[in-house]
Amino acid sequence: MSLPTYAQNWERAWYYAFRAFCILVLLFLVLPILVIIPLSFNAEPYFTFTDGMLRLDPTAFSTRWYLDIFENGMSNPALPAGSWEWLADVWQNGQWIHSAKNSILIATGATILATILGTLAALGLSQPAMPAGRLITALLISPIIVPIIVTSASLVFLLAKVGLANTYFGIILAHALLGAPFVVITVTASMSGFDRSLIRAGQMLGAPSHVIFLKIIMPLILPGVISGALFAFGTSFDEVVAVIFLTDYEQRTIPRQMWAGIREQISPTILAIATILVVLSIALLTVVELLRRRSERLRGVKPS
Amino acid sequence: MGEVSHSAPEGRDLLKRQLGLALRRQKLRALLLVVPLLLFVTATFIYPIGGLLTRSAYAPEFSEGMPRTAAALSEWDRTGLPPESAWEALVLDLQDHNRQGTAGKIAATLNVELPGARSLIIKTARLAPRLTPPYRTSLAAAEDGWKNPVAWAAMKTLANSFTDRFYLAAVDHRIDADGSVVAQPSGRQIYVPLFVRTFAIGGLVTLCCLLLGFPVAYWLSVLPMRYSNLLMIMVLLPFWTSLLVRTTAWIVLLQDRGVINSLLVWTGLIHDEGRLRLIFNSTGTVIAMTHILLPFMILPLYSVMKTVPPTYMRAARSLGANQFTAFVRIYLPQTKAGVAAGCLLVFILSLGYYITPALVGGESGTLISNMIAYHIQKSLNWGLAAALSALLLASVLLLYWAYNRLAQVDGLKLG
Repeated sequence: MSLPTYAQNWERAWYYAFRAFCILVLLFLVLPILVIIPLSFNAEPYFTFTDGMLRLDPTAFSTRWYLDIFENGMSNPALPAGSWEWLADVWQNGQWIHSAKNSILIATGATILATILGTLAALGLSQPAMPAGRLITALLISPIIVPIIVTSASLVFLLAKVGLANTYFGIILAHALLGAPFVVITVTASMSGFDRSLIRAGQMLGAPSHVIFLKIIMPLILPGVISGALFAFGTSFDEVVAVIFLTDYEQRTIPRQMWAGIREQISPTILAIATILVVLSIALLTVVELLRRRSERLRGVKPS
Repeated sequence: MGEVSHSAPEGRDLLKRQLGLALRRQKLRALLLVVPLLLFVTATFIYPIGGLLTRSAYAPEFSEGMPRTAAALSEWDRTGLPPESAWEALVLDLQDHNRQGTAGKIAATLNVELPGARSLIIKTARLAPRLTPPYRTSLAAAEDGWKNPVAWAAMKTLANSFTDRFYLAAVDHRIDADGSVVAQPSGRQIYVPLFVRTFAIGGLVTLCCLLLGFPVAYWLSVLPMRYSNLLMIMVLLPFWTSLLVRTTAWIVLLQDRGVINSLLVWTGLIHDEGRLRLIFNSTGTVIAMTHILLPFMILPLYSVMKTVPPTYMRAARSLGANQFTAFVRIYLPQTKAGVAAGCLLVFILSLGYYITPALVGGESGTLISNMIAYHIQKSLNWGLAAALSALLLASVLLLYWAYNRLAQVDGLKLG
């Protein structure tokens, strides 16, 4: 959309106003996330830029909130940072470290379960012979549409009944349920435009079905599977409602502790954690984008 | 020649049978692949939601816990005080509870229906073994509370295992002492206004997302690939960033002493005393939710706009339409599917929002989800929580059905 040479003045004005509006909206999307990064290096426990920060005075910046992520909850905070004893204490007693361990454990478990179940289902759904495909797809996707509060509330009663309330296994099941639809969506998408004659060619050349799956289907859908798995991981890593309802203090995850921190006394440590999560999500975004392009190239779709 | 004409129908039948068999086998294989997830979703999603919905209309705690009283009260017509048989049943039931030490559970059940009834039950259960017939006289003398027909009416209401009282409560109605359904006085109506607010905030957020998202999606769809891919990152980064991080960011920005207020004071637009209340009210909820849901509007819009050929607009222009007419008559109708899909998606997601309203909503910005959470965790009125969930679920599923008709869900671009 470039401006034609015959454009009149008002068209010119409209063109620039439109672009300015779009840029403002894009800034509205990104700036709130980026603004917490410098604030997390604030030397003072405030949520606004101090005069020193605006003057770029180095003493106004500090990494104390990042240190606090490790040291919060230590049994002996007097230990020198970086020593072996310090490291052992942090690993054992650090509040945020404990949450991070839980988050990774729960997200990994949920991702494995969701990826296996979701990939199988997507393979079945993308076969032309699948009966009632639309209906079953809608059913399998519905966990991400139904309000999470309704799902969590109903799981509270079920998990209590089967004795899985406040257990790691219970929350892994809940997160797998929330992550599986994403795997179904991404794998189904990577199967769309899949050339079925490749399978027939393999069969004609005498390959048994497991060889066809491993050598023909798997390499083609792998980018879809991986990005679905990343979605499932991200969903679990970010999920807090089900964690609030279905777990106890022992199974608290990073978002759960952030939630508690924001509700009770919001401290700049939360901003430091948020900054780390933003960096992680940039990494995740990059990987998913690269995978998407690779998948399109593999399937012969024109790269976009 | 004769042999061919003889065997042709037979061969066709054989072929048909074999084809049918092969097709059935394919169908079976496709189904078998789907079955594990289907079973998993049924066990952890469909079945528990069914259980929750059951809870909204079926509450057997009272009739199971106080079987004699429930039976005796079924004959009472809610006029005056019940007959002696009901008093006797109540005392006998409470004697049982006193022996087993379970009076607290029944007291809690009745307390939900009649606030303050907890202590009445506990006290009565404690003195039940010492009461002597006729119970009507002895119990009424021992506990004043039973002289009030309201307590008996509440128990009669509870005695029905299958009940519509949770749904009535969810739409701000209750069963009166004489058994008729009446609306709550306007000062005590909570849930209908909350539903209205949930829908209103959802609608406002959807509108904001559309107004902000449509131009951006259009711009991204007409820009050359290398620029639009770069700018797309600005849409995808918030999409991938943790919900709590984004909510935290808005708390930091909108606080009284936060970045935006400080900026406004610094530029002299507002006074230091006149800092704007931007958070812990519905303004905060709308701003934060718009920010969080905007990518869900832009992405479907973008994927639809990408498919609109630019030649149509040029054709319209060359046929004499001005920019505005060409846009309204030619471009807009072609993006209808994307607009509908984006709006429905944003609206559906906003109806179930819990975290953001709870953190930035304050008093005036909380939504129906927050009330459900309150009844599950704090007031323990699970039947009411289930009824509210059922109403929320029904509205979401209705919209999801509409969404499914408008847009292929699995065609939604996710990254």
